[in-house]
Amino acid sequence: MTLLTIDDLVVEHRTPGRPLVRAVAGASLTVAAGEVVGLVGESGCGKSTLARAVCGLHPAAAGTITVGGHPVTSLGLRSRHRALTGAQMVFQDPYASLNPRRRVGAQIADGLRTADDRTTAPADLLERVGLPRDFAERFPHEFSGGQRQRIAIARALAARPSLLIGDEPISALDASAQAHVARLMRDLAVESGAGLLFISHDLSVVRLIADRIAVMYLGKIVETGPTAEVWADPKHPYTRALLGAIPIPDGRGVLPTELPGDVPDPADPPSGCRFHPRCPLVMDVCLDREPEFGPVACWLHKPA
Amino acid sequence: MTLTISGLKVSIGEAEILRGVDLTVSAGHVHGLAGESGSGKTVTGLAVLGLLPHGSRTAGTIELAGRDLLAMPAKQLNAVRGAEIAMVFQDPATSLHPMVTVGVQLTEHMRHHLGVGRKEARERALGLLAKVRIPSPETAVDRYPHQFSGGMRQRIAIAVALACEPKVLIADEPTTALDVTVQAGILRLLRGLCDDLGLAVLLVTHDLGVMSAVADEVSVMKDGLVVETGPRGQVLTEPRHAYTRALLESLPGDDHKLPQEER
Repeated sequence: MTLLTIDDLVVEHRTPGRPLVRAVAGASLTVAAGEVVGLVGESGCGKSTLARAVCGLHPAAAGTITVGGHPVTSLGLRSRHRALTGAQMVFQDPYASLNPRRRVGAQIADGLRTADDRTTAPADLLERVGLPRDFAERFPHEFSGGQRQRIAIARALAARPSLLIGDEPISALDASAQAHVARLMRDLAVESGAGLLFISHDLSVVRLIADRIAVMYLGKIVETGPTAEVWADPKHPYTRALLGAIPIPDGRGVLPTELPGDVPDPADPPSGCRFHPRCPLVMDVCLDREPEFGPVACWLHKPA
Repeated sequence: MTLTISGLKVSIGEAEILRGVDLTVSAGHVHGLAGESGSGKTVTGLAVLGLLPHGSRTAGTIELAGRDLLAMPAKQLNAVRGAEIAMVFQDPATSLHPMVTVGVQLTEHMRHHLGVGRKEARERALGLLAKVRIPSPETAVDRYPHQFSGGMRQRIAIAVALACEPKVLIADEPTTALDVTVQAGILRLLRGLCDDLGLAVLLVTHDLGVMSAVADEVSVMKDGLVVETGPRGQVLTEPRHAYTRALLESLPGDDHKLPQEER
């Protein structure tokens, strides 16, 4: 069953006096129940904007997003429609996403109230994320980054989400806590039958937890596929470059391959295929025609 | 020039952070220092520069060209720090001054330590920016850090560190905040600088992949002690210490094959 459907989504950022930036420029993606989808790409490619749009935190300029069959509307001053509380987000920085002046238990209770859950106690959720029950009486400043992120996960789970979204949930954590928190998110989502959209620029962690992987470049999804398949046989030249840049701990002293150039300015994207200025395999067709097909948006892999 | 750390102990308050660290970094070599957070990697780097917090107690020696940096009076250490030993930090967004142009950050300590004039300092700054491969140094020199991407900022931070032609460079997680594609460029740059300038580089990182790519020697730390030291190939493929094995086994995956074939 498809939980989340994103179809040809466009999200624009407008800043007075600056050119319009299309952070997401026609991206399509689905997440099924019980499925973990990893969304990867370099900083500035639009991953976070896409996640925020799914929660209604950014209005869509074009295209549609549906969660559990309901179209996502932009979040206004009024509370979200009941059907949309099924999508819950864990944010990047647990130092900013938890209210420093409220007890941990009270913040988790907010989530329980959203789901009309009168039987579960906040302490039960703390237990599920591997924290002691009595932490509910404490304040966020008493905890480390990893513990705070667990609390944020408990709060998101309290609302009984059918779709959990993690927007770089591990990048603010210590290296030693990253893999643990990522695994925890995967296990809890899968266990409760929810889908998980996990956004990260850390490919090694995404590989560890995702069933399917989607690679984003400059506002577009350029390749999707089962994680193992993409890892073993990446098709898009960008995916190849991304995976090729990961240094391997084999002790041989091989320097990772560099991808020349910077990510272009999304306010002024290149013509044709957005990757063509940096692509080692660029052809004539790439300069003026955009590859608008999947699962690999590259003229070398055009479906027959 | 060789940097030799022997029996280094550091206590901050009640906590004993380093419990006798021995480490040698030779000219033209990258010495990688690995270990979990809290194992004492960063404190080792800070101790070399005399940047430990107030009230820290130290024992042991840190020798550079026959001088013990730990026993050195502050004034003398100030002449060494920045000139002979320089540091690159993890996050270039916070290690560069946001309100001062790149040119000023590159020339300030150069003029102080080397006593060069304004004009010559600017010339040198342009040369440094070209060396770390910043496009169009003439315009970049008058811009502010926020006008550059994360990778470019880290290149600038490296240029600042190299301004006084140091002999020893301490790089503390220099690529942790960057994308893998950008990381590849910075690692290539560091390795190249080490080879071309004969720098002794102490590279602190928790990423064993990064270690494998650029380090000549690898030391692994745990609880304030170096538990294993050796050539890169040996430590990463035939680790002797159980902790090193555990670190390697904690890495994801069985088939790290693909990127190898790509190269």
